[in-house]
Formats: sequence, structure tokens, C-alpha cells
Amino acid sequence: MLEIENLHATVGGKPILNGLDLAVAPGEVHAVMGPNGSGKSTLSYVLSGRDGYEVTEGGVLFKGRNLLDLEPEERAAAGLFLAFQYPVEIPGVTNMTFLKHALNGLKVQRGEEELDAMQFLKLVRQKAKALGMSDDMLKRAVNVGFSGGEKKRNEILQMAVLEPAFAVLDETDSGLDIDALKIVADGVNALRGPERSMLVITHYQRLLDYIVPDRVHVLAAGRIVTSGGKELALRLEDEGYGAFAARAA
Amino acid sequence: MAALAPIDGPAAVSDWLSGWRAGPGDGTVAAADWLAPARAAAAGRFAAHGLPNRRVEDWRYTNLSRLTGLELDWTPAPAEVAKESLPALVFGREADCRLVLVNGQVRPALSTVPALPAGTLLTSLADALAAGRQDVAALLRERVAVDGGALKALNDSWLEDGYVLIVPDGVTVEMPIEILSVGTGGALPPAYQPRNLIVAGAGSRVTVVEHHVGLCIGGYFANGVTDVAAGPEAIVRHCKVQDESKEAIHVALLDAALGRDAMFDSFCFTLGGGISRNELRVSLDGPGAHCRLNGAYLVGGQQHCDHTTAVDHAAPETHSDQLYKGVLDGRARAVFQGKVVVRQDAQQVEGHQMSRALLLSETSEVNTKPELFIHADDVQCSHGATAGDLDAEALFYLRSRGVPEGQARQLLVEAFLNEAIDAVALAGMRLPLERNVARWMAERHAT
Repeated sequence: MLEIENLHATVGGKPILNGLDLAVAPGEVHAVMGPNGSGKSTLSYVLSGRDGYEVTEGGVLFKGRNLLDLEPEERAAAGLFLAFQYPVEIPGVTNMTFLKHALNGLKVQRGEEELDAMQFLKLVRQKAKALGMSDDMLKRAVNVGFSGGEKKRNEILQMAVLEPAFAVLDETDSGLDIDALKIVADGVNALRGPERSMLVITHYQRLLDYIVPDRVHVLAAGRIVTSGGKELALRLEDEGYGAFAARAA
Repeated sequence: MAALAPIDGPAAVSDWLSGWRAGPGDGTVAAADWLAPARAAAAGRFAAHGLPNRRVEDWRYTNLSRLTGLELDWTPAPAEVAKESLPALVFGREADCRLVLVNGQVRPALSTVPALPAGTLLTSLADALAAGRQDVAALLRERVAVDGGALKALNDSWLEDGYVLIVPDGVTVEMPIEILSVGTGGALPPAYQPRNLIVAGAGSRVTVVEHHVGLCIGGYFANGVTDVAAGPEAIVRHCKVQDESKEAIHVALLDAALGRDAMFDSFCFTLGGGISRNELRVSLDGPGAHCRLNGAYLVGGQQHCDHTTAVDHAAPETHSDQLYKGVLDGRARAVFQGKVVVRQDAQQVEGHQMSRALLLSETSEVNTKPELFIHADDVQCSHGATAGDLDAEALFYLRSRGVPEGQARQLLVEAFLNEAIDAVALAGMRLPLERNVARWMAERHAT
């Protein structure tokens, strides 16, 4: 599904990713863990096509296509989704309007038929209900005045409505209390399936108690320094990142 | 007519004024005896002021010198306009009540005026004067005598026709009164200067929606003045859509005086005009009077638009709120000048103003000039201005969700303007305005 090979990327001329290799097969959930500054968020932004992140070497294949050639909206249409670490507030655009433009934007790009207003409303209400989100939250401007937990839940709602083939969850656990974490994790787990892969980027092992990964990778100084099963996350928790980071040098 | 003193600016001004010297009208107004001397006095004032130039503080950012290069027909003959063509000019709206002005003159045959509540008058100024309406004459005579600057003087000197709306005490006019002003030319583009009057009696309520459009090619000149008098507890809502041709010079002044607890709600939506200026002067004369002045504008190419306001808090417990939001593209320029005066005895006053501009191009520009003159001490006043590009984070967020870039930009522009448009919960105008924003963005991306 996703193959990252020898990826080098700079931000403002500063090298952040330094030869990152990673492959995620369909249906798999991989976790990328690493200390602050190891390049976790840069990886998510490079994958989603944000301005200011320059790939200097290597490449990314997504479902056999060169992902890096695509505009952000084309990546979305290809099935990629990034759950933002810091979801953006958009005053004046309601959640409903946002979701409608997103879903129909994807459908138009894929040559599929757009949903009519009734079908759309039904779909969104059903997904929102499953995440314990009220109609009121759907009518409010995107993320404006939302608590940290509500913002993260909103990201998962978008994911549930857009049904991406590949989701990158960038520190989705940050700023969540344990109840919110469970709701978000349940939402994510409900989306797991044989055709859907995920890359869960996190600083802490805690999230992985709820979203159990097939593989865990440790990122340090812009490279994957070690990989293993879900037990690797527990070892990290005990030993800290220091020992792993030393190997990157 | 008074002799003309030398006028600032190029020598062309005197040629340009030759049409003006001829004076208005050919006797279409059964002129009251006060009218001729009032016009002559105004002509003298205009001559003394000269055409505004950028050395005049109020006109520092808006240059009218292009006017003097225009060859204009100051007394355009009544032009043929097909009534069926009108809805297309007003967002396809079929109005229940529409008064049509062509080149500043009311055209009853093109208008649709149903029965209005008893005592309510909607007619042409010429007809009101001819019919001997003393209330109209008295108010107009008073307002015409006021020296309100060069362009008002020019309008005063030409006083001939326009619309008159009078709502008696206690009457609510449910139906929005639509005024459609069409500029259309013959061999030369027209110059026209309608003089309008809105009188809202004590406790009355009325909504006026003005559309200003042009059918002619070339730079025509519209210089309208609207006087508003709102009695105690009256509520007057005024929505203006300025969609003139891109070469037109559109200058308008609205001067409102508000009695005790009266409310004046103004919204100006500017799309058109090569050079345009919408000026509002609001005098909060009665305690508790309140005005809300909002505007939204979408300008591109070489357009220049100017929104100038002056609010006079002449009484205690008066409130004013102003929000102007605009989107600029190409080499467009926008001006917002907002003056707020709080008189010495006007305690417990609130006056707020905000100007926000989105600059979609490197070459567009906005000039903002707030002026606060506060002579009382128990006052809350604020002003602010922002200018910037679309939020790059929001744009990326939308695109990452699958919204194509052009559509994402459109959505963000609409969201930006919605704050100002939201204030126009009146007369079913919201949807048409939003559609215009969409159309503007679509045209922008087509080029």
C-alpha cells in the first residue's frame, strides 16, 4: 500500500528526514514512535503534501503511484488521510459544509457521483452519532471553540466520513484525557479493515494500548532505527528513547 | 447660476463643467420657488470647493481626476429600457415592490409599486414636489442648504429627481422596497445625480434594498445623495448593492439623522464601479439611537473602492457598530475611512469599528484610516484593521481533505465575507449575496 524508500526531506533548508525506509501492507496498522524532533510530524506532512517540506532524495509509492507528484487534494482522492496533530480552526465554515465539500471533492476527483443533500446528512449524522458528537457540533464552525478532545474527535469523524484507504494519525493522543482517548481509539478501531492501513505516529506508548499495532518503528534523527512487534513499544516505555537514538548516530 | 471661481485641477475641468453650467432639467420639475436659488447657492459652493483632490484630507486616498477626462451627457434623454430585462440586473429577483430609476430619473412605467400601508408614499421626488408635498419640500430645503462638501454641492445644484419614501408614524412596511438604478447612455455616457429621501416616522419600520447597475459602456458618472430622517424608535434598514459597470464612477452619500431610540442598519455590497465611493454620515441625535454600518466588497482588476463613514454621537447612550470586510485581487485598491465623534455630553456611548481586508494578489492594496474624536469620558470605543492573505493552514487543511484548491479558496473567501453578510438577515438578500461571491470567485479563477 505505502512504500517509503530512502526518504530525505528538509524544512527551511534543514535536513529532518535522513533516509527513512518504511513499508505498510494493506490492512496493517504500523506505529511510528520517537522523541521530539525525530521527524515524526515532518513525515506526516511530507506524506500529505504540505508546502515548505522539500524532498531532496528518495521517494514514496502509494498504491503503486508516485505520491510525491500529487497535489494534496489528489493524495486525498488517492485515499490518503492525515489526522492533524493540531486541527485547524476555520471560522465561517461549518463542519457540515466542510465535510460536504471534502466528500464531494473526493467523489468528483474519482469520477463518482456526488451525494445529494439528504444522503449526505444521513451519512454524517450516523457517523457523528457513533462518535458521540451532537448535531450542534456539526453546525458549528470547523474546530472553532472546540476543546482539544472535540478537535481530535472531529478528525476521526472526518476520517469516518471520507473512508480513506490509508490514514496517518499524527499524535492523535496528545492533549486527550483517558475517556477522550478511548472514544477516539474506538473510532479508529471501528475503521480497521483488511483494505485499510494506518500509520499511528505517537510519542507515548499509551495510545497503543487501545490501537494495537501490527508493527512498531522507532524514529530517531530522521531514520527508522529499529522495528519490531507491538512489544517493542513496551520496551521503549521501559528503556526510554535514549538507547535507540544512540544507534541512529 | 453663480459665476464659477477657478477650480483646482487641470484646465480640462472647465470644459468638463461646461455641461454642468447649462444647469439641470428642462422644466420637468414644477419647481418650487425656493428651488432655483437653492441650486444656485449650491453651485456657488461647488465652485468654491472645486472638484475634490487628494490634498483634501477626506479624499486623500481616492482620486477623482479621471472624472475630468470623461465626456459626459449631463442631461441624458430618457433611454429605452425593456422591463423584461430588469430581473436579470437584480440577481434574477422578481420584486413585489420595485421603483426603477434610469439615469437618476424615476420611470413609473418600468416600476412595480403595489398598494403600501396607508399613508406610505413611494414616488419620484419630482412628482412629490410637483404635488406640493410640504413635508418633502421642507426637509429637502433644509438638507440642501447644508454645506456637505463638493460632491454634495454638485448634487444639490442639480436637484431634480430621485426617489422619495415616506413612512408615517407607527407604520410597518413588511415588504422590502426595492430601488433599481440603471445607468444607460446614448452617444455619450450619462452623468446623473439622483436625490433621494427616506423619512421614517416615529415607531415605523421599513427596509430599502437598492441595486445600482449600468447598461452602458464607458465611464458614466453617478453622484447620488440620499437623506434619511428616522423618527423616535423608527427602524430603517438599508441594503445597497453596487454592481455598476467596471468603468463607471459611482459616488454616493447617505446622510442619516436618527431620533431617540431609532435604529439605522446599513449594508453596502460593492462589486462594481471603476472608482466608487460610498459615504455614510450618521448623526445619532436622540438618546438611545443605534446604527450598524456593515459592508462587504469584492474588487479586482483596476477597481478602486472607498467606504467612508462618519458617525456623530450627539446624544447619550447612543451606539454604533461598523464592520467592513473586503476581498481584493489584481491591482485593486480599497479605502476605509471611519470617523467617530462623541460629543461632550454624550455619555455612556459605544462606538466600534473594524475593517478587514483579504489581499489575494501582491499588487492589491488597502488603506484604512480610523479617526476618533472623543469629548466625553464614559465611553467605550474601539477600532481595528487587518489586511492579509488567505490562511495557508486552513487552505492546506481543506485540500488535504480532498477539496480542490480553487474551491477551497472560494470557500475561505465566502467564510471571510460571511461575517459581514450575516448581518444582512434582511429581505432574502443573504442567498443572492452569497451567490455573487461564488460568481466572483469563479470568474476570478477563469481568468
